[in-house]
Amino acid sequence: MTQKTKSSLRTSNLVNSIQPSGIRKFFDLASSMENIISLGVGEPDFITPWGVREACISSLERGYTSYTANAGMIELRIEIANYMKKQFQLEYDPKEQIIVTVGASEALDIALRSIVDPGDEVIVVEPTFVSYAPLVTLAGGNPVSVGTTAETNFRLTPRQLKEAITDRTKAIMLSFPNNPTGSTMSLNELKEIAKIVEEHDLIVLSDEIYAEMTYDGKHASIANIDEMKDRTVIISGFSKAFAMTGWRLGFVTGPSDIISAMLKIHQYSMMCASTMAQHAALEALQTGMEDVKKMVQSYKQRRNYFVKSFEEIGLPCHVPGGAFYAFPSIKNTGFTSEEFAEKLLLAERVAVVPGHVFGAGGEGHIRCSYATSLENLKEAVARIDRFLVSFR
Amino acid sequence: MEEKHREILQLLEENARIPVETLAKMVDLPVAEIEAIIKKLEEKKVIVGYSTVIDWSKIVETETVTATIDVKVTPKRGVGFDDVAERIYRFPEVRALYLMSGAYDLSVVIEGKTMNEVARFVSDKLSTIDSVISTTTHFQLKKYKHDGVVFSDGEGDHRIVITP
Repeated sequence: MTQKTKSSLRTSNLVNSIQPSGIRKFFDLASSMENIISLGVGEPDFITPWGVREACISSLERGYTSYTANAGMIELRIEIANYMKKQFQLEYDPKEQIIVTVGASEALDIALRSIVDPGDEVIVVEPTFVSYAPLVTLAGGNPVSVGTTAETNFRLTPRQLKEAITDRTKAIMLSFPNNPTGSTMSLNELKEIAKIVEEHDLIVLSDEIYAEMTYDGKHASIANIDEMKDRTVIISGFSKAFAMTGWRLGFVTGPSDIISAMLKIHQYSMMCASTMAQHAALEALQTGMEDVKKMVQSYKQRRNYFVKSFEEIGLPCHVPGGAFYAFPSIKNTGFTSEEFAEKLLLAERVAVVPGHVFGAGGEGHIRCSYATSLENLKEAVARIDRFLVSFR
Repeated sequence: MEEKHREILQLLEENARIPVETLAKMVDLPVAEIEAIIKKLEEKKVIVGYSTVIDWSKIVETETVTATIDVKVTPKRGVGFDDVAERIYRFPEVRALYLMSGAYDLSVVIEGKTMNEVARFVSDKLSTIDSVISTTTHFQLKKYKHDGVVFSDGEGDHRIVITP
């Protein structure tokens, strides 16, 4: 028996059934090149505010290095409850309805594992963050992808949702403001979705990690709709709003029964989120909101700049209402998004992420993150322009 | 509109050389309107001037010494501190002047070519002004941060090139 056959037998059928992230291939190619301008980074270009970093250092100096409660420090959960109430008018009981998690990623994982039985279908609204469908599979469920399109500004329509629902549908995963499209959904649009969700008795997993980065109007959560709050799990965290990606600190809020099920998984698999990161997060909520405001204003200005510049060079792009991504269409170039991204990288050394890696509806688009300096954006637009002109 | 003005001012404060075309895109207003707003803000002296932050220590021939001088003065009836302040800030050597609360009254920032030059200014010009009671001179040894700008080279972008 060769080593290769043996090792393929050693890993489970379930894990063998999922593919590694499509982003990997691009990462390897881009990493091997020098002097590239990267529009491929899915995280803030700000460093965590100094006050927050300093609070973490201070917690270490004072010796806070032991475990916290499984659900996270109660002080932090109380601050999270205050934050959710103040920012989004949503009330949660810090003792029973909030868990501090290891990034929003863990929250997504344990939320799915808490509600999915083998064979259950979970509707994944795409294009979206790369982990959703694989996490559904790993939880024993079947992901059902629904691809939104540029025609509806990448918003989910009630009709698309209705068509995807079957007797086995258990839940729907929403993510607005969206990575990679930057799309947002208004409260009225969410109300249309909510009617169908209620009619079919579904659970909503709403990833609102980009909620603070909403530029035109105010962020609306589907949980803001009365009948929805008891069937919605909100997944959020500190990574994007407070520029804390590397701290791996997220949180989840939702109805007590689902939260307590999630807590069971969390306590056995994680014990608790990192204590020093929790101390930093506490400081972030208590004193960091001014920093958030400044960072959000800066993203908005760069969004405006970026989208208008795309317009000028004739790259069709809907106006993204949130997050820090533009998702222009490259359909009229005749290339697939992967071809386009690869050629652009090799010819002009600009790294973008091909849209197809984000699932249905992503093909024909490229994700360009504007979480980089204005100088980089300027140079990137000039290079993309040159690239487009070269084969027109 | 007030909000847009504030936004324009903040962007200019960060980088006075930002092209109007870039500003126009960022704050979502036409170029002509941005130009009109800036002109108005200049006329109203909201924008008082444009200057460049320079690390002179990197230009050996033009190296300067800077000192902050705490000055105690007797305010004059009717004009308070303004009269003596004016007498002080008229000297071109004075880079900045602030009225302070606390142990002394005026904080004077002086720039000169040598320590001697600054010392002479203090003894000959500043201390001899009638209302000045006392001066305490502090020489700056190193500039770490000035007007919000850090003078050391940053660490750059630590992020990996592509992340989901």
